[in-house]
Amino acid sequence: MSLAEAHVGNGFVISRLWTEKRYRSIFFQIIALALLIALIFFIVNNTIANLQALGVSYGFRFLAQPSNYDINQHLIAYDSTSTHGRAAIVGLLNTGLVAVCGIILATILGFTFGVLRLSNNWVMSRIVYVYIEATRNVPVLLQILLWHGTILNLPTAKNAIVFFSGTFFLSNRGLTVPGPLPEPGFQAVPIVFLIAVVGAIVFTRWAKRVQDETGRIYPVFLINTVAIIGLPVLTFLVTGTPLSWEIAEMGRFNLAGGVTLRPEFMALWLALSFYTAAFIAEVVRAGIQSVSEGQTEAAYSLGLRPGRTTRMIIVPQALRVIVPPLTSQYLNLTKNSSLAIAIGYMDITATLGGITLNQTGQAMEAVMLLMAVYLSFSLLTSLFMNWYNHHTKLVER
Amino acid sequence: MTDAPYQVGQHPDLPPPPSTTGVIGWMRNNLFSSWANALLTIASVLLIYGLATSLYKWGFANADFQGASRNDCTSGGACWALINVRFGQFIYGFYPESQRWRVNLTFIGFLVALWPLLFTGAPARKQLLWYAGVYPILAFVLLLGGFGIEKVETAKFGGFMLTLVIGVTGIAVSLPLGIMLALGRRSDMIFIRAICVGFIEFIRGVPLITLLFVASTLLSFFLPPGTSFDLLLRVLIMVTLFSSAYIAEVVRGGLQAIPVGQQEAANSLGLGYWKTMYLIILPQALKISIPGIVNSFIGLFKDTTLVAIIGLLDPLGIGRAALADTKWQGLAGEVYVFVAILFFIFSFSMSRYSLYLEKKLHVGHES
Repeated sequence: MSLAEAHVGNGFVISRLWTEKRYRSIFFQIIALALLIALIFFIVNNTIANLQALGVSYGFRFLAQPSNYDINQHLIAYDSTSTHGRAAIVGLLNTGLVAVCGIILATILGFTFGVLRLSNNWVMSRIVYVYIEATRNVPVLLQILLWHGTILNLPTAKNAIVFFSGTFFLSNRGLTVPGPLPEPGFQAVPIVFLIAVVGAIVFTRWAKRVQDETGRIYPVFLINTVAIIGLPVLTFLVTGTPLSWEIAEMGRFNLAGGVTLRPEFMALWLALSFYTAAFIAEVVRAGIQSVSEGQTEAAYSLGLRPGRTTRMIIVPQALRVIVPPLTSQYLNLTKNSSLAIAIGYMDITATLGGITLNQTGQAMEAVMLLMAVYLSFSLLTSLFMNWYNHHTKLVER
Repeated sequence: MTDAPYQVGQHPDLPPPPSTTGVIGWMRNNLFSSWANALLTIASVLLIYGLATSLYKWGFANADFQGASRNDCTSGGACWALINVRFGQFIYGFYPESQRWRVNLTFIGFLVALWPLLFTGAPARKQLLWYAGVYPILAFVLLLGGFGIEKVETAKFGGFMLTLVIGVTGIAVSLPLGIMLALGRRSDMIFIRAICVGFIEFIRGVPLITLLFVASTLLSFFLPPGTSFDLLLRVLIMVTLFSSAYIAEVVRGGLQAIPVGQQEAANSLGLGYWKTMYLIILPQALKISIPGIVNSFIGLFKDTTLVAIIGLLDPLGIGRAALADTKWQGLAGEVYVFVAILFFIFSFSMSRYSLYLEKKLHVGHES
């Protein structure tokens, strides 16, 4: 049969649906769509039947009912008469707290280790290598439990280890530090700080424009640092140091006063930070190594000094390699914070996905809400990533 | 002779100064190149010495290896007696003691099946590959029983054996699934692509523990009323789906690295989609993605510990159960260190194997 005949051919042949290219793609997509719809229908149908059989009502009304359980660490007002919804928000804030603290510590540790790994001191580089391998190859859940166990094995509050002439106490109840007591007039300090940050951003943009137009360079970094740190400190001194510290007192059995970092928080925070730091160290190392020696040499031959070479040539190029995997490490840390449930740190997994789920039996809604929360974290991160990749893309001619 | 004056330009080459070569030169360059560096070296050596001696004292010199309860540990160091007493549980869980040979046999069979897959130089590789193909059925029958062997419920699975069952099954099933997802994500068919992207991004966006909650509480809602199936199977499904999404992203990276010309060349030779993928694209793409795939496997292997949270008795679950025993309270350090060493050995050897493959395939020098 010639080609012309096949097309004129005697009408419709069913096998053409999957042998001919123009129909094939539509045909398979329709099959896939049909299968997907059938699957969803199957699941929804079964779920409704199962829920009816159990007599469980579906809906998010349980979020407005009183929770009847306590949460030992709450950043907003909460007690056992508060609603399940509020318990979930308390959990979410706790997740946020440990994630932010973890990201800060993991970044500091990770960059330090990453640079030390490349140090030309052989012993130092080996120590960091052993640390990285040991941490990366042991499950993070195990590390969380190990930190938790270690902190619980510390002396009791009565025999707490005391640091810094009686202001810091470390015991199996956690780390007690002096608590800040703001006095009237203190509000000025954060306000000045915010103004300084905004001013620094505006100044940076202006300085960049001036440099692009005239070639004149301002010491942007120095001025910004002085503004952001110096101005609030100055305000603090001018308003008469309106802040005092409440130092914990050793009572008969326990410590009173101060701010206590609970053992669960400390274990989760330290374990996640040290675990993620090992991955960040490798990311940083790869980023620094990705900038070839020629870049440094070229910058020197243009007459740039070492400091400026690092700041304007090396770091921007290394960051392009470092930031994408770094962001995904931050996301991993946030997701790993859900392991808090294993040691009883009340994050959103432990409140919404743990106690609330068990008390109300609304497993479907609780787990779906929990997933939605984590999904929105990760979608926000991907949005940022896309923006960043677009922003720092290599411009090629 | 030595006194003889040399002609200009005829002096024989002198050896380099001793301070720049050999051990001394190496130490000068790498350890004591500056004052700060020398201080750092001394401080780190002291740190290592301190850590090593205290660990040695804790783990060996002052440790107790025998005993029936914590009170028998009197030397002040680690109390390994707990590990000693419960070693069987840590490895086999609650698998009946008389049947443990089956687990051992399965493990040996696993190593034999792994050999031709990992090393191309294995003797009789072709026959062994056939064996590796049927091995899953063998392992299934051996572990679960049937065909005349005593049946063992999956609820009795535990310890490191459970870790291996979950890890190996997850790895073996998620690889083909991940490849299909990666191909789907790069497909021209908009709808198929949408399904794959949605699935991958959803799975990667939520923590594994929420998926395990789905396995333990929700999955039975999705099935016709009255059907109930094994918790281990439900966990296996979720772990496999989880890992396949990550592998899909690794494989997609590999696919993207293959120049379009390969696809066009295959098309112009008259190869269809599947033949193009199977014969031309995937062999090259998978070769590039091997390090990434092995990394996802290590991740999956470590993540199997999470099943302890939903009540399965992997080594961590066994350890936590042991710590709840009043005879052994307060031995968290010993238990977790022991389990950590178990995991470290497996994960570290996997990462070494990945390095070996990278070197062998010269992946690092391409692109």
